[in-house]
Amino acid sequence: MAAATNNGHFKVIGTRPIRHDGIDKVMGRAKYGADYAFPGMLHGKLLRSPHAHARIKSINLTKALALPGVKAIITGKDLPKAENKLEQSGEMTVNPYYLSMNILAHDKVLYDGHAIAAVAATNPHIAEEAVRLIEVEYEVLPPVMTVDAAMKPGAPILLHDLRNKEEGNKETNVAQHHQFKRGDIEAGFKSADFIIEREFNTAMVHQGYIEPHNAVGIYNTDGQATIYCSTQGAFDVRSLSAQVLGIAVGKIKVVPAEIGGGFGGKTTIYLEPLSVLLSKMTGAPVKLVMTRGEVLRATGPTSGSKIKVKMGATKDGTIVAAQVWMAYEAGAYPGSPVGAGAMCIIAPYTIENLQIDGYDVVVNRPKTAAYRAPGATNAAFASETIIDELADKCGMDPLDFRLKNGVKEGSAQVVGPPFKRIGFVETCEAIKNSEHYKSKLTGKNRGRGVATGFWFNAGMQSSATVNIHTDGTASVVTGSTDIGGSRAAMAMITAEVLGLPVTDVRPLVADTDSIGHTDVTGGSRVTFATGMAVYEAAQDAIKQLTERAAKVWEIKPDQIEFRDGAFHSKAGDKPPMAIKELAKRLARTGGPITGRASVNARGVGPGFAATLVDVEVDPDTAKVKLLRCTIAQDAGRAIHPSYVEGQMQGGTAQGLGWALNEEYFYDDKGTLRNTGLLDYRMPTCLDLPMIETIIVEVPNPGHPLGVRGVGEVSIVPPPAAVANAIFHAVGIRMMETPMSPPKLMKEMLKKRAAENAQSAAAD
Amino acid sequence: MLPDGAGPIRSGSGFFPMPTAIIPALLRKLTAGRERVAVKGGTVREIVADLERQFPGLANHLLDAGEIKPSIAISIDGEIVPGGVLEPVGENSEVHFLPALSGGA
Amino acid sequence: MSRKTLVDAIVNGEPTEFLCEPRQSLLECLRDVLELTGSKEGCLTGDCGACTVMIDGRAVCSCLVFGPEVQGKRITTVEGLADATRLHALQQQFLEHASLQCGICTPGFLMSAKALLERNPNPTEPEIRYALAGNLCRCTGYDKIVRAVTDAAKTLREDGHDRAAARS
Repeated sequence: MAAATNNGHFKVIGTRPIRHDGIDKVMGRAKYGADYAFPGMLHGKLLRSPHAHARIKSINLTKALALPGVKAIITGKDLPKAENKLEQSGEMTVNPYYLSMNILAHDKVLYDGHAIAAVAATNPHIAEEAVRLIEVEYEVLPPVMTVDAAMKPGAPILLHDLRNKEEGNKETNVAQHHQFKRGDIEAGFKSADFIIEREFNTAMVHQGYIEPHNAVGIYNTDGQATIYCSTQGAFDVRSLSAQVLGIAVGKIKVVPAEIGGGFGGKTTIYLEPLSVLLSKMTGAPVKLVMTRGEVLRATGPTSGSKIKVKMGATKDGTIVAAQVWMAYEAGAYPGSPVGAGAMCIIAPYTIENLQIDGYDVVVNRPKTAAYRAPGATNAAFASETIIDELADKCGMDPLDFRLKNGVKEGSAQVVGPPFKRIGFVETCEAIKNSEHYKSKLTGKNRGRGVATGFWFNAGMQSSATVNIHTDGTASVVTGSTDIGGSRAAMAMITAEVLGLPVTDVRPLVADTDSIGHTDVTGGSRVTFATGMAVYEAAQDAIKQLTERAAKVWEIKPDQIEFRDGAFHSKAGDKPPMAIKELAKRLARTGGPITGRASVNARGVGPGFAATLVDVEVDPDTAKVKLLRCTIAQDAGRAIHPSYVEGQMQGGTAQGLGWALNEEYFYDDKGTLRNTGLLDYRMPTCLDLPMIETIIVEVPNPGHPLGVRGVGEVSIVPPPAAVANAIFHAVGIRMMETPMSPPKLMKEMLKKRAAENAQSAAAD
Repeated sequence: MLPDGAGPIRSGSGFFPMPTAIIPALLRKLTAGRERVAVKGGTVREIVADLERQFPGLANHLLDAGEIKPSIAISIDGEIVPGGVLEPVGENSEVHFLPALSGGA
Repeated sequence: MSRKTLVDAIVNGEPTEFLCEPRQSLLECLRDVLELTGSKEGCLTGDCGACTVMIDGRAVCSCLVFGPEVQGKRITTVEGLADATRLHALQQQFLEHASLQCGICTPGFLMSAKALLERNPNPTEPEIRYALAGNLCRCTGYDKIVRAVTDAAKTLREDGHDRAAARS
């Protein structure tokens, strides 16, 4: 087992205990959403559109309903009408009208795989047969598959009631325009010695969680419903399902199952309200589980994008101006992460003159959902490639160029407010001083590339309770579903505050009735915000325990100090009393102790990462082999270093897949052609090297333990790092992802042809 | 009207600190191109009301039924704050109106 | 629609009879009929390996096998890895190396790794990566998984025998 990174201040924080839920997971006992079964349970399946863009003229359920074993079928008509406006739902901004239509289409289908009807039957095979018996008449419309096609004048319109502020009452596919401006870019570019202007295209990619979406809905005749599902946010499932079903939030209880990956894709809802509605109609629990094909066709991937960047620098290596135009695919309904992309694209650098225009564009693809640092990876692919080119032009080492322009405490962000204490410089220096960076890379067709990334991280709301048991052990209850081992960190923080061994603290992820409101597990916020609530709840327990100790000793609470896991009388006149001992006296001193806290967390610390990658390009197949990879990331304070490393490695692996092979293939009819994991090609064990991690700790001044979110930023640099490495290997600047063999080979052949033509001309 | 880029204004007896609102790029057409505007108020509600006084029609882009629009996040002195119109604003604070990032990973 | 078939097999060392429709996969039989939900469904096309079990000592994707096909065969699932009182070395090393984050792929990896170590008790890193290339993990980047398998192999060699293999 690896050595602890305990810095000496802490007894538990910084160590690497075995996670409390680990044994159940390695034994196959842990219950994920699809593992739930109830007596009399029915199984549901969905009918999905085969067309990318069509009007639904009629739906005939007769034959399907007649199949023995079919108990109910619902369509979009069975969902209540929702309002067409942006609303606050928990902490998410959501348009219930679009959300409802995405769950079951109303009059139009807007992507291959768009759900139209849901069937409940006695077994999943009968449900599938019934789906095939539903008859739908479509009026097929021309599909609009790219931002270029969608933004062209005269493009077919997807949503006839969509308007954006700038085009007045005109029908459009552009849902939103964001703009950020500072200084004077014309003057800036005039003063530049080098200007680089390029256009980038990134393909749509999926979060790729191994576990498909699932939900079991149980509706009772008294109007109370329970949903069991794998989700990143039980409270969001509750509020969003309530909106879609038109019932009160308080009538739904959501029990989060263990979750098999989310990465942002399970922060919204698809099956949950349908499982409840089908249960209402049949009087039985109803389970819906997606197939892999449905996951890829119909659940949020992240946007493909077109990004044009122009950047200028003076020959001493100062970036003086940047201009960006970016259009992101929102999918069928508005809501791409272009706003975030626009705010991230040059976030690590101090640039006086900038203008960034970002467009959210609807296309006939699945409605996009959040994917680990949404919007930032697309943006960094463009900007970090250009930064590399500029560094080259200025004759500077790529890390030195970044360090020269890099943001520090007090630097203005793209949107203006100055950064508090951040670790961009330290993260770059960690890579610069790494053994990997210092090592020589030799051999033909080999190259090294580096890139950096930024993510804001989120705060939001969390609640926690800490219960002291009669034997002096404790449990800590939170509402943050555990997608990466976070419950261990919650136990560790509690143990640290209470002075207990971590094995004496049991962490629990609770349902929506058993814990106060807790926002989604995402935004790299759990260790930060839920950890903050846990820290405060544990402190609250100590405060109450101190009052009890005061009673026992018949002195005042302010005469007592808690340290090293025990209560001490400041006067020194009593032997210290451990929690274990005090716990025996709780009943006689006032009853049980529960420490509690709720936060709407402030003091968020943004995260930076820097990724270094060595590649080898096969000159005959254009396959890119990953030779070596190192990531440095500022974690603020690593509570459980193994799981922090895990987040760094996982995000890196996803970024590498995004860089090299992952993309959605649509044909000219708008049908998705790679609906399985063979052809939606994610990295396997054989594709990746060991991923070396360097945890940088520049404590976040806003958090009691210095924590910064770590879950997301690691996915941001890899595509640009790989592009830069490919350039140094074979002299080609790739400007589209994925940089898969067919695409790279095309460029390599072009280059060879140009070189041959040149040398032929020279002869 | 106050000069562009103003923060504290000079008066006979010294400086009166005033918060500064940073106007989003696409709304600067309503503020005659000004990016930084000194505003009066101790809460977000008060400074938005002051912005409306200085530039009629601006509040419509920021508020929905009296609360900050769900699509807008408020950042005060570099930190995203959750209090909406109730959020207190300090004398020297910088207030930014940003696109809200959707909750989630 | 066909009537159900009675299947006789040995599951995790126990003689087991179960009824299944011919169209039900072994994965479905394990999860829905035998209530052994440790094997997971990820893709139903044999591409992700989350459903990996061992049949007569060979690692297979149970989503690609029909229930009736295992008549008379020996099946090992993740539920059969640990002893009554002790985790298998692979399970222990996965925990110590933090080789799981969401854990959904873990049962499949454990079974593929077990199959590897039974035929190759001292695999190199490339051999481990090759053997596990049929199991997808989206959370970990595989680094800690490979380290765990390496250390488990070492533990098993030092222990001299594989207890679970003896049982199934």
